Amino acid sequence: MSDASPAPLLQLKQCTIRFGGLTAVSTFDLQINENELVGLIGPNGAGKTTVFNLITGVYRPTEGEIFFNGKSIVGIKPNGIAECGIARTFQNIRLFPSLSVFDNVRVAFHLHLSCGVRQALWRGKAFFIEEKTVDAQVVEMLEIFGLGKFRDVPAKSLPYGDQRRLEIVRALATKPKLLCLDEPAAGMNPTEKVELMRLIRFVREKFQISILLVEHDMKVVMGICQRIAVLDYGIKIAESTPEEIQKNPKVIEAYLGSEN
Amino acid sequence: MIAKSKIVLLVALIASCVISRFSKSINPYHLDIIIAIGINITLAVSLNLINGYTGQFSLGHAGFMAVGGYTAAVVTTTFGAKLLPLLGGTENIFAKEVLFLIALFTGGIFAAIAGVLVGAPSLRLKGDYLAIVTLGFGEIIRVLLQNTETVGASRGLTGIPSYTNLFWTFGVAAITVYIVVSLVQSTYGRGFVAVRDDEVAAEAIGINTTRYKIIAFVIGAFFAGIAGGLYGHFKQYLNPEGFGFMRSIEIVVMVILGGMGNTLGVIIAAILLTVLPEVLRPVAEYRMIIYSLLLIMLMLTRPQGLFTWRKKSKPALSA
Amino acid sequence: MIEFLQQLINGLSLGAIYALIALGYTMVYGVLRFINFAHSDIFMLGAFGGFYLAPRLEKIVHLPSFFGATVVMILAMAICAIVGMVIERLAYRPLRKSSKLTVLITAIGVSLFLEYSGQKFFGADPKYFPELIVDTPVLDSAGLTMGKNQLIVLAVTIFLLIALQIVVLKTKIGTAMRAVSFDAQAASLMGINVNTVISFTFGLGSALAGAGGILYAMNYPSIDPLMGVMPGLKAFVAAVLGGIGNIPGAASGGLIIGVVETFVGGSAMSTYRDAIAFAILILILLFKPSGILGKTQIEKV
Repeated sequence: MSDASPAPLLQLKQCTIRFGGLTAVSTFDLQINENELVGLIGPNGAGKTTVFNLITGVYRPTEGEIFFNGKSIVGIKPNGIAECGIARTFQNIRLFPSLSVFDNVRVAFHLHLSCGVRQALWRGKAFFIEEKTVDAQVVEMLEIFGLGKFRDVPAKSLPYGDQRRLEIVRALATKPKLLCLDEPAAGMNPTEKVELMRLIRFVREKFQISILLVEHDMKVVMGICQRIAVLDYGIKIAESTPEEIQKNPKVIEAYLGSEN
Repeated sequence: MIAKSKIVLLVALIASCVISRFSKSINPYHLDIIIAIGINITLAVSLNLINGYTGQFSLGHAGFMAVGGYTAAVVTTTFGAKLLPLLGGTENIFAKEVLFLIALFTGGIFAAIAGVLVGAPSLRLKGDYLAIVTLGFGEIIRVLLQNTETVGASRGLTGIPSYTNLFWTFGVAAITVYIVVSLVQSTYGRGFVAVRDDEVAAEAIGINTTRYKIIAFVIGAFFAGIAGGLYGHFKQYLNPEGFGFMRSIEIVVMVILGGMGNTLGVIIAAILLTVLPEVLRPVAEYRMIIYSLLLIMLMLTRPQGLFTWRKKSKPALSA
Repeated sequence: MIEFLQQLINGLSLGAIYALIALGYTMVYGVLRFINFAHSDIFMLGAFGGFYLAPRLEKIVHLPSFFGATVVMILAMAICAIVGMVIERLAYRPLRKSSKLTVLITAIGVSLFLEYSGQKFFGADPKYFPELIVDTPVLDSAGLTMGKNQLIVLAVTIFLLIALQIVVLKTKIGTAMRAVSFDAQAASLMGINVNTVISFTFGLGSALAGAGGILYAMNYPSIDPLMGVMPGLKAFVAAVLGGIGNIPGAASGGLIIGVVETFVGGSAMSTYRDAIAFAILILILLFKPSGILGKTQIEKV
């Protein structure tokens, strides 16, 4: 390993996962460095969501290793993964429906709270100072993403595009180093997709974090990713820049073949 | 600068102490109902933390009440004679109050332990399965008490001193409301509602759902136990029969009627449902039939509870 | 050894009744993913149905007699089937889209309604169930006894189980039931009227519970409006033990619970009899919630 290149943020080494007799993902390698925007694509059923779930702790690899910041994260439950600094969004938006927009983001700050049950009950000075700080941070984040005016609205009554945005804001509130987006463009019209691309680029710049994007929509992926990995039947068949991926014969065949 | 909520709590405690002094001038029949209201408020609000805010459908709350009630009664009856002299003498009023405090607190602790024992294994279960298991635990507690000779088994435990008064009842109720509301409205406490709304999403933002559920069970059970202690020293008699499935259902109905996760609504519902049986006394024979029909009607027409409404601004006592 | 066999006979006889009730729980759960709390009270209604029918039909069908008993049982089963379907239509169908807990509470409400109405209109005190068949021992040697009624319980249960298997496996509606329990949406897309299937399932399950009620009353002739609570609960545990949603599982579970309960009842722990059922339930749900014959379900993220 060369001393010149910095250690990768996320590293999957030869990850394999089997469900009974079915091998969903096989010997998968992936590396994401700091402040990189990496895409993961592949035809339906290729195993993209499975890889996603491996990284976010929903599944445990049958073989292989996963390192984040140099530490193995295999076997850590999803809430522990979030604590390590990996945040995620969901394909079918999972906001907290009975909470307001404000509270959806606010609750995500709890990872960095120093006040727990005892302080919440005692309600001393330290508690209120922290609550005020959190409130200010929530307001700031909502403003940055243009959701400030919705702050007390129940999250479920937001328009779809705003809900998607809120979910990303909530994920960012956990102060992650890696943000994993699971098909964020699903269900969006072309205008909303352009907005989304802008949003993702903006997030990366403003928060200086890495982003893993699993997505079906080619325009979105090609438009913003620095690097793209392609999965087919659980195996990585290609990984390089968007331009090269578009010309890669194996990739074309994987998609065309499955389009039949 | 003291928190506004703490001032409110203090005022409530002082008020209940003052009113307690005048309890002699209140019609005893009405006094009984008022005390029952106070105990039910504590039960309903504590259950609301588990069922309403955290979404864990517990049908065994009466079991926690029983554990707390019996423990407190054992402290005052069995150990009272030994403890009172240490606290100031058997005729000393202050000593009796302190004894009662110790008894209630001990009852709460034991109930909280029961809360962990019931909550921890139930965590993996959802919806109806969780309901059935908690129901089962409640019944097991009842059967165990029925088979324990030292607390009177199915004959019940008699001779419990009458320590419960308005001050204790509403003091405890006020503390329960304060604790549940303070907890749930804090940033940390929003996690409870997150667990209820979507566990998967909650885990994704780093919430340890297991821990939250156990905390809810522990705190909920603790106050149910204290309510049980209040109840025992109010009726001066405890019988395992009174802590069965039906009792748990009565408390659950208060939470549902009030709106799961709506503390103010639950308090109102507790008051209404305590008073209702008295109001229905003329038709006492049909009382339970009406009660069950009301339950069905409520579910068919307004399952979100009578007092849940959409509010624009952040409400003071709702989730 | 003799003691053991005697307990076994008693246990299987009791277990057969639990099996009949358990089938109702499991079938409804299969098509609706819902625990019908009120099912135990249908069992009670079956017994009371027999109680009120028997004296009125005494002369017509010559009770006590095998023929008479059969008529009473069929009528009681029919009444229960109708009641079950009415309850589904009025209290559960409107809540088809609501949260599971709302329906659970409604079911509890229906159960309480039936129990308290029963107490008001039948009277809370126990009644003596009339003799439908003269209960002479069919086996009385070497210390083992078996009453005619016990044998009838086993025979009728086996008969009904076979009939149920035929309905579920060979008839159109039975196949529709299985389709709906597998995937209700897909079933409706294939042209199956899900509402009809659900009504039928309730009717069938309730009829079996009614049969269980009559058989139970024949063996334990003291009936009261709350008689369904404990057997219902144990039958529910049996259904979960066998794998909720699984018909052979419910039958096996019923027999197991019946046998275990009888053995425990005859032992030193008899006062803990009711708690044992709950304890078994909790243990299953904690360690193998899919039951002995069921399959596990995974949530998709």
